[in-house]
Amino acid sequence: MDLQTQEAILRASQTYDKADLVVLLGSPDPESAEIAAETVIVGDPSYAGALAGAQLGLPTYHVLEELIHADIPDDVWEAQIGVMADVLEADALAATVAGMRAQA
Amino acid sequence: MPDVVISAAAQVLAHVPSLARHGSKPRRELPKSAEQAERFAAALRTYDEAAAYPPHQAWIGNIHPRDLGDRPWSANAGAPRRTGRFGEIMPEEEFLGLLAAVDDFELFALSPEAAATAAAALAGHPLAKALALDKIDKAAGDIEAVAAEPKALRLTAGAVMRCAQADDESLSAHVLIDNLAAKATATLALLHLLERSGIDPTSIDYVIGCGEEAIGDRYQRGGGNMGKAVAEAAGCTDASGADVKNFCAAFVPALVVASSLVSAGVFRRVAIVSGGSMAKLGMKFQGHLAKELPIMEDVLGGTACLVEADDGTSPRVRLDVVGRHKVSAGGAAAEVMKALAIEPLTRNGIAMTDVDDYATELHNPEITEPQGSGNVPERNYKIIAALAAAKGDIARADIAAFVAERGMPGYAPTQGHLASALCYVPHALDRLTTGGAGKVMLLAKGSLFLGRMCQLSDGMSVLLERNVGLEAGR
Amino acid sequence: MNSNLLQGKKVIAVGERDGISGPAIAACAKAAGAEVVFVATECFV
Repeated sequence: MDLQTQEAILRASQTYDKADLVVLLGSPDPESAEIAAETVIVGDPSYAGALAGAQLGLPTYHVLEELIHADIPDDVWEAQIGVMADVLEADALAATVAGMRAQA
Repeated sequence: MPDVVISAAAQVLAHVPSLARHGSKPRRELPKSAEQAERFAAALRTYDEAAAYPPHQAWIGNIHPRDLGDRPWSANAGAPRRTGRFGEIMPEEEFLGLLAAVDDFELFALSPEAAATAAAALAGHPLAKALALDKIDKAAGDIEAVAAEPKALRLTAGAVMRCAQADDESLSAHVLIDNLAAKATATLALLHLLERSGIDPTSIDYVIGCGEEAIGDRYQRGGGNMGKAVAEAAGCTDASGADVKNFCAAFVPALVVASSLVSAGVFRRVAIVSGGSMAKLGMKFQGHLAKELPIMEDVLGGTACLVEADDGTSPRVRLDVVGRHKVSAGGAAAEVMKALAIEPLTRNGIAMTDVDDYATELHNPEITEPQGSGNVPERNYKIIAALAAAKGDIARADIAAFVAERGMPGYAPTQGHLASALCYVPHALDRLTTGGAGKVMLLAKGSLFLGRMCQLSDGMSVLLERNVGLEAGR
Repeated sequence: MNSNLLQGKKVIAVGERDGISGPAIAACAKAAGAEVVFVATECFV
């Protein structure tokens, strides 16, 4: 994950009550979703950024997960996500990020 | 307004394994671990391996990307072929000489041995007469002394880059070799275009650069101007030039600007050039080493194409079929693609199935997948096909066939502007003249957010079409 | 059926250029009643 993004997430975790924070990912494939979720939940696997060893354990979801989709009004979903829900492998993405949440 | 055509295009690669460690990522990561640096060096390809690699053969025009076959593509490699109908793959020892030949400030220094090798090889090059080979001798000398100068950069055993001003980051040795490598590859491509088309260099009025490098000093970082620098180096003495910048997407706006200049009668012939991005060499090396693959980001690309008034045979640039990504289109991927692939076609009553080839972000998936970046072109084609199905131009069941028939595998080095439609131009010219295609759409996307000035992306598309004059002549 | 995972939450949107972009995620989160405190889009090519 981008180093500036990691710094910003670390700052947010220090600024806000962690219980109020939710991280939403938009990764296109399970490989990149796994790295992003791992970085936010257990720490940067490349040990390059601010989240190395951070173990923030922030609640993290892929935006295409059914749990998230259910909260988003249909018209907004159609405009912002639209056919991407068909193009990307939503089930695999959801399973990857859910698996990482279980490690929190 | 007169119709405008793309009358010629050329494309080159320079295989630069010794320069790969100077890419941004290896430059930051390799010093952290001697073991990793050793593995990196051991995983570099030989010239023959790189030249035989089928995507590189597609780049220089010896095969069409749809004929790359099953992956891994290295398993289908035939004999290494240096030249193709679009250009060549230049070996590093010659490219070092080319760098010296396009260096106007004596910043690039070669050892006597490296200079002699380069000069001898380039003397026999078909473009030798167009190159300032005398500069190679001038670049030769005691490079240990040059390497000891403040802020000099050791590039290879036989090559060193000076900085131009020790306290100006924009003129550091790293920035300058990035820019010089871009100039060299772009110049080589333009020289191939001139040689192959037989066009008089002095007949070119304007040269537009659309690469990713930032040329300037501390008072105007990225001020430019690569276009005119390449014009001079390629002997286009009657030309001026300027650059069009738009991250990876710059080529399509550059093509639309060039075509508009010709259509409006401002200029008769405009060349569009771009060189390779040294910063992107070895960008995904960690994924390649982890999967025990060679370092595949070891080549620099260079491109050139020529825009002029309708000649009756060359493919037309349809300036009435240009798609642009408006500010209001936001950042949703499907909206971007609607703006680029759907809107301009719909506005002109063209069905998505009327377009034979869509060329967009043709990044080589064998380079991107090992690092977890997925198959970029395939994803784009699936979006285009899903939109075509939503629009009713194809049935949902035909999405996979649409992707296979109208898309193609990515074969470009991961240097965004090269992958972004630009690399397909010479293939498009073939397909729209001697091949079976009637329409080719070029779509380019750029990640503006990387520069931190806005959260937006951008993109532009344009349709190329078989010349009606060609049909009449059949 | 709403999960109410987002209502009243502070959302960090980490999009990807080739997937769902940061601004697209942010628009979804806002519409679900969240406050978006950080938006980024990553690009790996």
